[in-house]
Amino acid sequence: MCMDITRIDQIIDDHNAEQSSLIQILLDIQAEHHWLPKQALDRVAEKLDVPMNRIQHITTFYKAFSQVPKGRHQIHVCMGTACHVRGAQRVLDTISDATRIKAGETDAELKFSLETVNCLGCCALGPVMVVDGEYHGNVAPAQAADVLKNYE
Amino acid sequence: MSEFVLQIDGKEVTAREGMTIVEAAKTAGIRIPTLCHHDQLEPYGACRICTVEAEANGRNQLVAACVYPAEKGMVVQTKTEKLAKIRKVLVEQMMAHAPDAPQLLELAEEYGADRDRFDKDPSFCILCGLCVRYCNEVKKKNAIGYIDRGPRREISFIPDVAGKECWDCKECFPLCPTSALQAAYVLTEALATPPEEAAQEAGCAGSCSCSGSCG
Repeated sequence: MCMDITRIDQIIDDHNAEQSSLIQILLDIQAEHHWLPKQALDRVAEKLDVPMNRIQHITTFYKAFSQVPKGRHQIHVCMGTACHVRGAQRVLDTISDATRIKAGETDAELKFSLETVNCLGCCALGPVMVVDGEYHGNVAPAQAADVLKNYE
Repeated sequence: MSEFVLQIDGKEVTAREGMTIVEAAKTAGIRIPTLCHHDQLEPYGACRICTVEAEANGRNQLVAACVYPAEKGMVVQTKTEKLAKIRKVLVEQMMAHAPDAPQLLELAEEYGADRDRFDKDPSFCILCGLCVRYCNEVKKKNAIGYIDRGPRREISFIPDVAGKECWDCKECFPLCPTSALQAAYVLTEALATPPEEAAQEAGCAGSCSCSGSCG
């Protein structure tokens, strides 16, 4: 898959191609493409004069980065204790059925990526699911699939 | 550079400012066991096997001798019962990863470590970072680095760089305290580019920046 290399250059230039902005640049690329394609990393390494082994170290260290394609929408389902006892597993199962992907996977159309998280810190809202940073609290399993209909 | 005196194992040792405890001990002929230390490289403090008891300013601390700077009037003990126990456990933990490494077997004998104490997880790597640091600092090739974190952290060659640089160098192999096999293994694995990746690169040649690397 190819990507717009001029856009990558623009992101790098927005940060004045400074080595100290490496993580911020990677985050911006990740935010735009939902993952970090190899060409983008090669370009960043070249423009910032940062060795690839450091970039690999950083991108594999932080969970915010992905080197495999991710969907346009990120679904996070909380599996923490409070959500668990309130039926998080059933919410996850419904979402899995609706999107036809399991936790940790991305669908073939690159529409959704599904992840589980261990606690979102808002246990009173449980069970909680987050889609693209938007929190949906007290979701009944039946509602979970409806929430996803709002995303294209 | 100012010189000062400190005490290591009861011996008066003269050290220069900026020296670490390991370096100061070496000038006095005192051996402190090390695994991740290398004279050409920046101190790293990964393996902790060089842990010593250091008393300075009335405080007795356990410090990693390879990174801790020698101080004036410091009293250092390198061979106490407490240290032997610490080193024994460290060796046992590392042996869960590399049970047959010659250096570890030597240390195990010295400290009476049981190589089978912990469940085996034979990664063969104790993450001393010698290969990574040697490649970065001395060779400046950056062909190998760390991947992932925590218990999943491992060393990994960067295929694009390693494919060009490593075949004629391999200077990191003999550095590896858990035998060069590990380095060789990872290198071979990394260089064997998975077929789908090669196809992907070929498929997009021309319109993107990777054109140079896939020819």
